[in-house]
Amino acid sequence: MKTRALVTLAALLVFLVAAPAFLGGYALSVLILVLYFAYVGQAWNIMMGFAGQLSLGHALYAGLGGYVAAGLYTHYGIGPWAGVFVAVAAAVVAGGVVGALGFRFSLAGVYFALLTIAFAEFTRIGFDNWAWAGGSGGMFLKVERGVSDLVNLRGGPTMFYYVILAMAVGIFVLCRLLLESRLGRYWLAIREDAEAAQAVGVPVFWCKMLAVTISAALTALAGVWNAFYYNNLFPETAFAMGRSIEMTLSPIIGGLGTLFGPLVGAVVLTGLGELFTDISDQFHIPGLKQIFYGLALLVIIMYRPAGVWPWLAARLGFTERDK
Amino acid sequence: MNKKTHLTRRQIGRAALAGATLVGAPLPLRRAAAQSAGDLKVALLLPTSGGQAQIGQACRRGADVANAVLADMKIPAKLAIVNYDTETKPDVARTQAEKAIAAGAHVLVGAFDSGQTIAIAQVAEQKGVPLIVNIAAAPPITESGYKFIVRNFPTAPMLLGGAFAMQKEVFKASGVAPKTAVLLSVNDTFGSAMVGGIKAMFPKLGMPYELLDVITYDAAAKDLSVEVAKAKATKADLLMMVSRLTDGKLIVQELVKQRWEPMLINPGAPGTYEEDFIKTTGKYGEYLLAMEPWMDPKSAMTASLEKHHLAQFPKDQFDLDAGFTFEALLIAAHAWIAAKSTKPDALMDALRKVKIDQHVMIGGPIQFDAKGQNVNIGVAVLQNLKRAPTVVLPKESAVAPLVFPQPGWNDKRRT
Amino acid sequence: MSQDFLLSLAQAITKGLLTGMVYGLMALGLSVIFGVMRVVNFAHGEMMVVGMYLSWAAFEYAGINPLFSLPVIAVIFFGVGYVLQRGLIQPFINRPEHQQFLLLLAVATLVVNACLAIVGPDSRGIQLDSQFDSYELGPLVFDAVRVHAAIAAVVIAGLLWFFFTRTRIGKAIRAAADNHMGALVVGLDVRKLYAITFGVGAACVGAAGALMITIVPVTPFLAAEYTLLAFVIVIVGGLGSMTGALLGGLLIGVSEAVAGLLLEPSLKSMFSFGLLIVVLLLRPQGLMGRKDSR
Repeated sequence: MKTRALVTLAALLVFLVAAPAFLGGYALSVLILVLYFAYVGQAWNIMMGFAGQLSLGHALYAGLGGYVAAGLYTHYGIGPWAGVFVAVAAAVVAGGVVGALGFRFSLAGVYFALLTIAFAEFTRIGFDNWAWAGGSGGMFLKVERGVSDLVNLRGGPTMFYYVILAMAVGIFVLCRLLLESRLGRYWLAIREDAEAAQAVGVPVFWCKMLAVTISAALTALAGVWNAFYYNNLFPETAFAMGRSIEMTLSPIIGGLGTLFGPLVGAVVLTGLGELFTDISDQFHIPGLKQIFYGLALLVIIMYRPAGVWPWLAARLGFTERDK
Repeated sequence: MNKKTHLTRRQIGRAALAGATLVGAPLPLRRAAAQSAGDLKVALLLPTSGGQAQIGQACRRGADVANAVLADMKIPAKLAIVNYDTETKPDVARTQAEKAIAAGAHVLVGAFDSGQTIAIAQVAEQKGVPLIVNIAAAPPITESGYKFIVRNFPTAPMLLGGAFAMQKEVFKASGVAPKTAVLLSVNDTFGSAMVGGIKAMFPKLGMPYELLDVITYDAAAKDLSVEVAKAKATKADLLMMVSRLTDGKLIVQELVKQRWEPMLINPGAPGTYEEDFIKTTGKYGEYLLAMEPWMDPKSAMTASLEKHHLAQFPKDQFDLDAGFTFEALLIAAHAWIAAKSTKPDALMDALRKVKIDQHVMIGGPIQFDAKGQNVNIGVAVLQNLKRAPTVVLPKESAVAPLVFPQPGWNDKRRT
Repeated sequence: MSQDFLLSLAQAITKGLLTGMVYGLMALGLSVIFGVMRVVNFAHGEMMVVGMYLSWAAFEYAGINPLFSLPVIAVIFFGVGYVLQRGLIQPFINRPEHQQFLLLLAVATLVVNACLAIVGPDSRGIQLDSQFDSYELGPLVFDAVRVHAAIAAVVIAGLLWFFFTRTRIGKAIRAAADNHMGALVVGLDVRKLYAITFGVGAACVGAAGALMITIVPVTPFLAAEYTLLAFVIVIVGGLGSMTGALLGGLLIGVSEAVAGLLLEPSLKSMFSFGLLIVVLLLRPQGLMGRKDSR
């Protein structure tokens, strides 16, 4: 990594760690959202950007993760640090099923995407009718004021901020390591030309399965965090297609397959979102903010289809090699 | 070479600063637009865009006329109401609540949807700012231990208890009672809470009829002929329907098409009193009974609210969304007057002790119990008469006589 | 099996068939677009919703029955679709799916929220005089409005079939779809053909919207589920196959109705998605698709 890049990264990290000290409640809540979308976008990125499989049903894993951990907590008092293992296991199984079915039957492109949507919707309706999870009435966690309990994730925004920050940093490091590893090179080969890769002995099926399951596991963690931060879960929002789509926006806008794409994408999109909300507030036309937002998406995908980050990195003089 | 590097570093610094400013920028803009120090700043958080936009906007209309009504009723309070859109999403609800508090809101009001309301409640609880819930029926809102919340809306069990009690009143007043009933309900958050509540409470309610079956359908259903056929096959005397607007219309249309004329009661769901429903179902929507918390036609404040609503929004229906939202603001005003301060603790204290005799919705005085729930909210019996939802019971609030049993589909009385 | 139950089943199936025809018409547009250009039109449901709004507006403000405003709406949609394709979508044809997806998602967001801003969130429906009429065939009752819509859908599908098999342009489009390089070699203006295809697909959707408004009222937020439904139908029926799209529509319509009768009605959609998963796995080219058309 070039010095310039390293310095910026270090400065960014310092800023993020110190942020709660000087940012107000509103700015902090927005930053939390940015980090959340950066994290979950990166998790999705592993499957799409690294292994080339378009998933539009990623809310399945987040929802499963959240429900399992929250369910264990509300029904059996099992804290999230223990519950997370079960949550991740559930997501891995789900991801495994989706991946195995999809790859075994050679589904690709929009067909695979539809498979993921179908599974997410199927699960949503299932949860709607499952009493243990609260059905469509939802699942609620009890709150306690003035507590900062890291073990049970009961506490204020600052605590959750640091947890999601740690998760975001963690996943970036993990992805960096993955990209540099042999698995990462296999993924690159598969992305470039899957048949050729198969021909030279790359275990294509297993590499793809690893991409899906790792992605699912990491997304489940986001689901757990989400459940404890918002303290309530409904099938119609947890597994919603809208959620799945949200997860894809940051990495696509930021730069698919790149390391910093999801973070840049999250900053740009959340920042734009808040800006547009502010502007629209002056006009009192409901839906105006989303119109601006749609226009922004349109402009970005038309003029920077590879994402904002690659362009930004070039402009700021970071090396191309360091994605 | 050196110069280039120097410039680039500055650019990086600027970029970082720009990023931070982008995120933090809205704050000073908001403060600049703040109102004078004498008013109570109320942040109204509603889903005015997204899937719940219709109800969010209906609620907002009740708030838009609030100050005019307060002035009419000579209540010495002027509210500086700032509107925030939750976009039907809990994460937006949360950041907007933070934004509102950062902008100096003294009280939060909202948010119709239980998920969004709870997201806002987290913030309210954290920052110690009172939240007045205008509409949201999920029991956990006042059962999860929040200290800075009061809810002026019945929980699903309360609603049902009142609704079924009113059913008995209907049977008593008319002298006719069904022997069997079937329940047809939408399977969304509200519907499943209702079904769950009904199933749990029914054995102890002492209703004169037997509940033969409970049929649920998906919220997105575009065709309910099968469901209605199933209900018809039970041959029940009474059909209770828990639906929203679109499915409500479908149900009535199917009933007519399948030529089934059960007694028809809506035990507390939205849909059947809404303007669109009444317009679409036309003469077939007449005489439909709904048990709802409703505006008291005999209250002077209701008259004022209705008058101002009609003046400012002549094309929109005046219903309980506007009513409850106005009441939430009324509560804020009363608390402020009692507390004589905008400090959150003082306001919260005043809110817990509030007792408002003159208000808009049917029921006893507005008063909150230890969990922050108003238990005095009454349930009225509405009947669609002359294309408008009309209060027919309780007698003290009735403006028209009850018509029960309801006329058949081809009865001459249906016009 | 009791008499009553058989009757309910028959009734459910007929209802499913009728609704399914209109679903099929909607999916037809998508099948045409995807089959020819391989563009994933994520704004499909949104286009349908606009068609519904236009039809509603014509009825509300000018008293025009949707069956009569339908041709006009179809023509308008053709024009808009043509321009949209030429201007916006053409550069994305050979781009990766996720970029197409984002482009059309952006368009969809714009359309839905423009509808919200202009018309408002309240549901808008129309009340035809024939709303409560029905035709009877023995013990079965057919909803008049749905029968009319189904007939119209069949007629339009017939016109489309005629276009694609009997007209020069139609055949050229199919040629371009089958073999892009070959079409270029032969000298076909493939870009123009694509634009026409998109226009035709859009016209189908607009027409379906005009029919759908007679059955169901419209809100801006109906769009997302229609997009999903269209995709499910097209996959089940077979991408690029017109009969497949109609067949898929019928199948989904019937399976929803029957599942509603046999299972808990709230699990209806679960059944459709289950069906989709099975089809994707066992016969991904769909019922009528050809094996190589993926």
